[in-house]
Amino acid sequence: MSRLKRRFDKEVEMSRGRFGKFGGQYVPETLMNELIRLEEQYNFYKNDPAFNAELTKLLNEYAGRPSRLYYAEKMTKDLGGAKIYLKREDLNHTGAHKINNCIGQVLLAKKMGKTRVIAETGAGQHGVATATVAALLGMECEVFMGKLDCERQRLNVYRMELLGAKVHPVESGTQVLKDAVNETMREWAGRVDDTHYVLGSVMGPHPFPTIVRDFQAVISREARQQILEAQGKLPDTVVACVGGGSNAMGMFYHFIGDEGVKLIGCEAAGHGIETGEHAATIADGSLGVFHGMKSLFCQNEYGQIKEVYSISAGLDYPGIGPEHAWLHDIGRAEYVPVTDDEAVEAFEYLARTEGIICAIESAHAVAQARKLAPQMSSDQSMIICLSGRGDKDVAAIARYRGIQISD
Amino acid sequence: MARSIKDAFAGGKAFIAFITAGDPNLAATEEYILEMERAGADLIEIGIPFSDPIAEGVVIQEADLRALKSGTTTDKIFDMVGRLRQKTDMPLVFMGYLNPVFHYGYERFFTRCEECGISGIIIPDLPYEEKGECEAIAAAHGVDVISMIAPTSESRIRAIASEARGFLYVVSSMGVTGVRSEIKTDLASILTAIRKVTDIPAAVGFGINTPEQAAKIAAICDGVIVGSAIVRIVAQYGTEAGPHIYEYVRRMKGALRS
Repeated sequence: MSRLKRRFDKEVEMSRGRFGKFGGQYVPETLMNELIRLEEQYNFYKNDPAFNAELTKLLNEYAGRPSRLYYAEKMTKDLGGAKIYLKREDLNHTGAHKINNCIGQVLLAKKMGKTRVIAETGAGQHGVATATVAALLGMECEVFMGKLDCERQRLNVYRMELLGAKVHPVESGTQVLKDAVNETMREWAGRVDDTHYVLGSVMGPHPFPTIVRDFQAVISREARQQILEAQGKLPDTVVACVGGGSNAMGMFYHFIGDEGVKLIGCEAAGHGIETGEHAATIADGSLGVFHGMKSLFCQNEYGQIKEVYSISAGLDYPGIGPEHAWLHDIGRAEYVPVTDDEAVEAFEYLARTEGIICAIESAHAVAQARKLAPQMSSDQSMIICLSGRGDKDVAAIARYRGIQISD
Repeated sequence: MARSIKDAFAGGKAFIAFITAGDPNLAATEEYILEMERAGADLIEIGIPFSDPIAEGVVIQEADLRALKSGTTTDKIFDMVGRLRQKTDMPLVFMGYLNPVFHYGYERFFTRCEECGISGIIIPDLPYEEKGECEAIAAAHGVDVISMIAPTSESRIRAIASEARGFLYVVSSMGVTGVRSEIKTDLASILTAIRKVTDIPAAVGFGINTPEQAAKIAAICDGVIVGSAIVRIVAQYGTEAGPHIYEYVRRMKGALRS
């Protein structure tokens, strides 16, 4: 471990759930003892060999890890610059990186003696992953999903029901992801003794940003080793999309201490930052306190949380995880806006060039890679985190191109 | 000079009434606060609406959205309190989520509180561990950051109560605000734990809506807090809610006197 990495870890440890000025535990008193207990239990189990053996077994044999690091040769040649590698989280069971965190948290919940898990979901990916692991481990599962999202993603609602979960359409507020988080927190505050909240991203009150990051860090733990095996040296750049930021945090984590590796997070710029219709928190957000954490948020002049927009439901969140806000603040990671148009073009490009239909979220990272690779030399390399597969997005992309197909 | 939180608890069991500022508009809020004072309320909690109130049940959530939709802002709420202060010296506190306060700027926010005689603030998403955010700045302007104790607080009660200012807000039930037919928490043992470390007043809120509940709970604490039941009257009668609120508060306060 490098000196830089040690300094980062120490700073976080010393400040109890703080990443610089970001993070913290801004929740109602009702939840405080449960969060303290969660932290204690997590700190115990993360060092417990039996827990880790069970976790690794599930990740490998059930979720299909390690995921491949694929050298995208055609794309590399076509862009004519850096060597491009794709970290294939899309090949995991349930089709995205979300399963890494769900296996970890549901297993932890079970060890803690919980019998029921609840979760928020936007497009439904995290809900499906939670319902999947709950089915496997024999836990009761209830998922909160904005009513508008339920209507847009009927297939995922049915998928969760097939897996034995109960889906609650959230009718409060703006009826999307942030409202689903609100409702799941309310539900949790009403019933903590038998219930664990499987938060889906590196956000929320401490210890969630740390727990989710640790469970997602398997992505960069593998990728770092895989690229060293493939080319004998570290990549120059690592690119990932960022909503709350869980795949990006997992993809960045083990590279943070490698000072020569550029870390780039791609935010959803929707119709463009200047239109106000976007979800680009770093580009256009400001410091605030929301969903249990101090971080950057899209908000108005009075601190009311704004409605955000992206073609990608998975990036359609008005905040960003506190560790990302901090990596941005200290200049260790760079965050760039990518528009709907750019993401859709990248989605189509990857399908045609490499025969991979990736999630529209991941396509934001692909779009940025298309801009960067040609400016780099052929002895340089980059890894793109392909966080999910794109089956779920096909109908929406067709609609975007003016073609009506029913899903 | 506005009266203090202490004054609110000086005349027997206190009736603390909550109302969302700006629902359905700020002129109505101003009128309803005066009605509640006239009906015997000892302390008014003025809710600063927030887009995402995670500790609220559906009644107050909807009130917040109505208030924001009617154009309510933190500045306009301060202006309303300023007008109110021409007419009453009754003790007033705010209830609001941290982000609007943080975003307004702590120094600026609490300076304005001091100017218009707001003597405390309840911030549901600011637990004991995070109160260093603004407690000192608030105190410098004579504003108490009011601490909450929940049914799950257990071993935390001691620390929270021993540093409490103004009064202690004891949350009666798990979950969010809203009318409940039954309150199952063992409040007496929570109150006993509080009394071991502090003698500042302790008021119970969440779920209380009938005079019978209020009387029963007030027997073991210093006051009761009622929110959703009042906000529900506003939701039902809109700008015509004055007499209904007056009547409701009068009955509730009556139950505390007997």
